[in-house]
Amino acid sequence: MLETADLLKEGIKEELKSDEMLLNMGPQHPSTHGVLRLVLRTDGEVVKEAVPHIGYLHRCFEKHAENVTYPQVIPYTDRMDYVGSMNNALGYVIAVEKLMGIKVPERAEYIRVIVAELNRIASHLLAFGTYGLDIGAFTPFMHAFRDREKILDLFEEASGARLLYNYPRIGGVAKDVPPGWLEKTRAFIDYFKPKIKEYNDLLTFNKIFIERTANVGVLPLDLAISYGVTGPNLRGSGMKWDLRRNDPYSIYDRFEFDIPVGTGEMGTVGDCWDRYWVRIREMGESIKIIRQALDQIPAGEVMAPEGLKAIKPPKGEVYVRTETPRGELGYYLISDGSQQPYRLKVRSPCFTAMSVFHEIARGGMIADMVAIVGSLDIVLGEIDR
Amino acid sequence: MSIQEILEKLKARFEGISFELVETKVDPFIKVPAKNIAEVAAFLKEDESLAFDSLMCLSGVDYPNTLVVVYHLFSFKHGHKLVLKVETPRDNPSVPTVENVWRTANWHEREAFDMFGIHFENHSDLRRILCPDDWEGYPLRKDYKTQEFYHGIRVEVAEPPDPLYEAKQKSKVDKAAKPTGTSATKAAKPDSKATTEKKAE
Repeated sequence: MLETADLLKEGIKEELKSDEMLLNMGPQHPSTHGVLRLVLRTDGEVVKEAVPHIGYLHRCFEKHAENVTYPQVIPYTDRMDYVGSMNNALGYVIAVEKLMGIKVPERAEYIRVIVAELNRIASHLLAFGTYGLDIGAFTPFMHAFRDREKILDLFEEASGARLLYNYPRIGGVAKDVPPGWLEKTRAFIDYFKPKIKEYNDLLTFNKIFIERTANVGVLPLDLAISYGVTGPNLRGSGMKWDLRRNDPYSIYDRFEFDIPVGTGEMGTVGDCWDRYWVRIREMGESIKIIRQALDQIPAGEVMAPEGLKAIKPPKGEVYVRTETPRGELGYYLISDGSQQPYRLKVRSPCFTAMSVFHEIARGGMIADMVAIVGSLDIVLGEIDR
Repeated sequence: MSIQEILEKLKARFEGISFELVETKVDPFIKVPAKNIAEVAAFLKEDESLAFDSLMCLSGVDYPNTLVVVYHLFSFKHGHKLVLKVETPRDNPSVPTVENVWRTANWHEREAFDMFGIHFENHSDLRRILCPDDWEGYPLRKDYKTQEFYHGIRVEVAEPPDPLYEAKQKSKVDKAAKPTGTSATKAAKPDSKATTEKKAE
């Protein structure tokens, strides 16, 4: 990429003098996945500097959390990363449970894992579909949404909502899944498994798609670690690191699954294609986890007795991190012994992924900006909170 | 490596600095004097046996008398974690930046500046990040009052609903129901029926 930039510069120097231009991309641009403004300093088609401006979706989540009771925070967590709500709420309830020392019933733990992994698939499907859309392939989007719809139907049956569930609760889950739901979930994963090949045929190994994403937006591993980039973006840079395996929470230590990493198959390790390819393979791993959970799930209660009383954690503080579809989501919770949190800080995976953007965007083409933003798979609701 | 061992290592390296280990139920932490945090952070990252190469989270906290910056560190190499805390006065709060040690700190410190007004010395780009640049006050401070106007637009602040409303109502009903027993609830039923009939009319 830099070579092209240098060539262009050489050509320009001799023929004509060009001015640098400031270009606003966003805040309302279809490819920014929310409201994100990128100020690009461009020299012709080459981006010399990219400065992200965030905060358009800031809703003071952390201030809200200080003014409501512990269970009332859960709906707010749903609205941060609104395409991975189950995972967001899961991290929060685990933080409160750790502070209070609540033991969650086995059946609830299994239900949580199943819905969290289903949500991971739904979120990756959205990432896959919209990434194709960003780059100019419309059809994959329709296929992704056809299958995501089936997951949303399952969630609707279990929780009553299609997008913002308020389903994991402190001490367990809101209610047991309806009769026949587990069988339907098994039918879904049987249906879904061969679909991944279809996606690969449609988009992953499409020559135009590879040309647009391979060797673009390369994120070296040391830079990723220094900027705190996590999740599929870190794995895309070649690090075999997944909190479900390396720092297990809930009951993830009971399941067998692989951790896909980027290998630079089509270009360089840590390019846009690698990050994308990690997400596609992760859907297959989530299916493995769901299948094992469906085999093992016991009957019984879905709520710990402590969860039914008023939630009043003892004085203290805890930092809990979980692996959401976008990476490491951390909750730093401070309790002063009352029914409301004293302070709740969210460490958002998209926030750190966005902070590395200016490094990997430098020297790319304007059209590459869309490919890079899409490959980081950000949700602005979580960046701005 | 346990937090005691880390503390010993820090004490051996920095003789003039007073570290304080605070044991809590879940996550124990080490208090570091604010002016020394940058050098301590650099040592924690550089030392081979510690190798804290990742700053998981940097948060500001507003306690009644002091502002606190909390650092959650993690080492990919050794897999151990550490929590550091730094105190700074509420008026004129200032802490050296750790941006040069972990780049994650750049945006997180901007957020702490935006929300708490903590000044990070030597930060390369200390601007507000979530609020508009010309916003007044620091929203996450406990004594924060929303500004009345922003560019001539009135900032509407609704009175927050009482989060314990439901619990209070429930205890009221319980108290009312207890002395008279079941008759109170029975008496309430015809009333509600009457109102629904009225509505229907």
